[in-house]
Amino acid sequence: MKRDLAAPELRPAFADPVFDTQAVFRTLMSAVAYPGRIFPLDRSVSAPHPLDVAATALCLTLADFETPIWLDGRASSDEARSYLRFHCEAPQTTDKKSARFALIADPSSMPHLMDFHPGDVEFPDRSTTLIVQVPSLTEGPTASWFGPGINQVIKPGIAGLPDWFWPEWNLCSEIYPMGVDVFFISGDMLVGLPRAVRVEV
Amino acid sequence: MSGPGNKQCDTGDGYSFAYLDEQTKRMIRRTLLKALSIPGYQVPFGGREMPLAYGWGTGGIQVTASIIGPDDRLKVIDQGADDTTNAVSIRRFFEIVSNVATTEQTAEATIIQTRHRIPEAPLQEGQILVYQVPQPDPLHKIDPRENETRKMHAYAEYGAMQVTLYEDIARFGRIARTYDYPAMVNARHLMSPSPIPKFDNPKMENNPAIQLFGAGREKRIYAVPPYTSVRSLDFDDHPFEVQTWKGCCALCSSTVSYLDEVVTDDRGGRMFVCSDTDYCNKRQADRALTTETGGIVAPDEGAKL
Repeated sequence: MKRDLAAPELRPAFADPVFDTQAVFRTLMSAVAYPGRIFPLDRSVSAPHPLDVAATALCLTLADFETPIWLDGRASSDEARSYLRFHCEAPQTTDKKSARFALIADPSSMPHLMDFHPGDVEFPDRSTTLIVQVPSLTEGPTASWFGPGINQVIKPGIAGLPDWFWPEWNLCSEIYPMGVDVFFISGDMLVGLPRAVRVEV
Repeated sequence: MSGPGNKQCDTGDGYSFAYLDEQTKRMIRRTLLKALSIPGYQVPFGGREMPLAYGWGTGGIQVTASIIGPDDRLKVIDQGADDTTNAVSIRRFFEIVSNVATTEQTAEATIIQTRHRIPEAPLQEGQILVYQVPQPDPLHKIDPRENETRKMHAYAEYGAMQVTLYEDIARFGRIARTYDYPAMVNARHLMSPSPIPKFDNPKMENNPAIQLFGAGREKRIYAVPPYTSVRSLDFDDHPFEVQTWKGCCALCSSTVSYLDEVVTDDRGGRMFVCSDTDYCNKRQADRALTTETGGIVAPDEGAKL
């Protein structure tokens, strides 16, 4: 039987799933525990277009059949969709409110934060985690971050965000402990922004 | 998951690395990230049956198993000691199922699983402290119904906890709680610090290390990120105070550590020694060295209280 040559090539996932996901998780946990610091991933993976290495590694580490993923227009290429479907077995949803993870490859036109699920009053942990691919983690306008995990203050320069992002982020503190959590990703580097962090632009 | 030729995978006994299957680890890892995002909030998780009874640290073990990797160095303490039953058996469990290096030295460890103490030596960035928690909800004794306490946490209604502390003052003239002393995390969530002595509560605040709490029977995980405010509840006219002792440790003469009373005979003999064995041993070794090199303190001089 002939193979279907038109099918998109499926890239492999981690070479060593057990230890690669463990190492990536520790980096993710450090990023959430120490918000604003830039963490390089020490594991690599062949990422499907247009996803960054770190975004792909994050999905391989955390997503599975229990976590619906929402992809924005740019992220939802056939290649990315079939990759996530095959390797993570994660359902892909068009409903932002039911997504546990949201992959955003085009931050300038990203949906508003409150379009995603902020969790429930009694279960604020059931919220969406945003995975936002940005052009740079250092060369954007700097903002001062305060809060748990930050010793005094830290000033990352996340590039490519829409103008409304930081005012809206601080508005979300009104509904804390509900809210969304964010990973900013650029290539194989990432920065965590959990909901308890306050930002002064 | 152990494959031939991959030495670090080989746990020798046919177990998955760190005992748990990958799906369970992924679920616990997602829970841990949400727990760190909402400091002090108890995140429900699908706790698994572990090969030891509830009450022996099943929650802490599941947390440790989900974060541990081949590069880690694990320390396990029970009431501060590395050589007690619970500590020895949990350390051996991870030696068997994950083949990681273990240590008794606080400074060398990357992960410290603990029952009822925080080590005396200050923790550093990059270290992770995993607490075993029997009852994660500080409000459980006030109202055992979880749907009620969940609402109290959701709306930060913590007046009832202040009242129970006030009842102590009315009855005894002071807040009588000495362990599992409730603390407010990030000025929002009331948290049970697990049954550590209140002596250890101040160490949780602004700690550079990551603190993770696992309750296996109650199936809750919560966390205190580094550099986070953790205030023990008190009143303006009855400020929070930690325990103090009149004497010093009988073995190492420390005056600043948490002391255990040890009965030495059946005629009322007793002595006070550090509960943190690593801290105490290190001080004794340092003192012996000082004596050898012409110091003036004999090693067992402080032995009589």
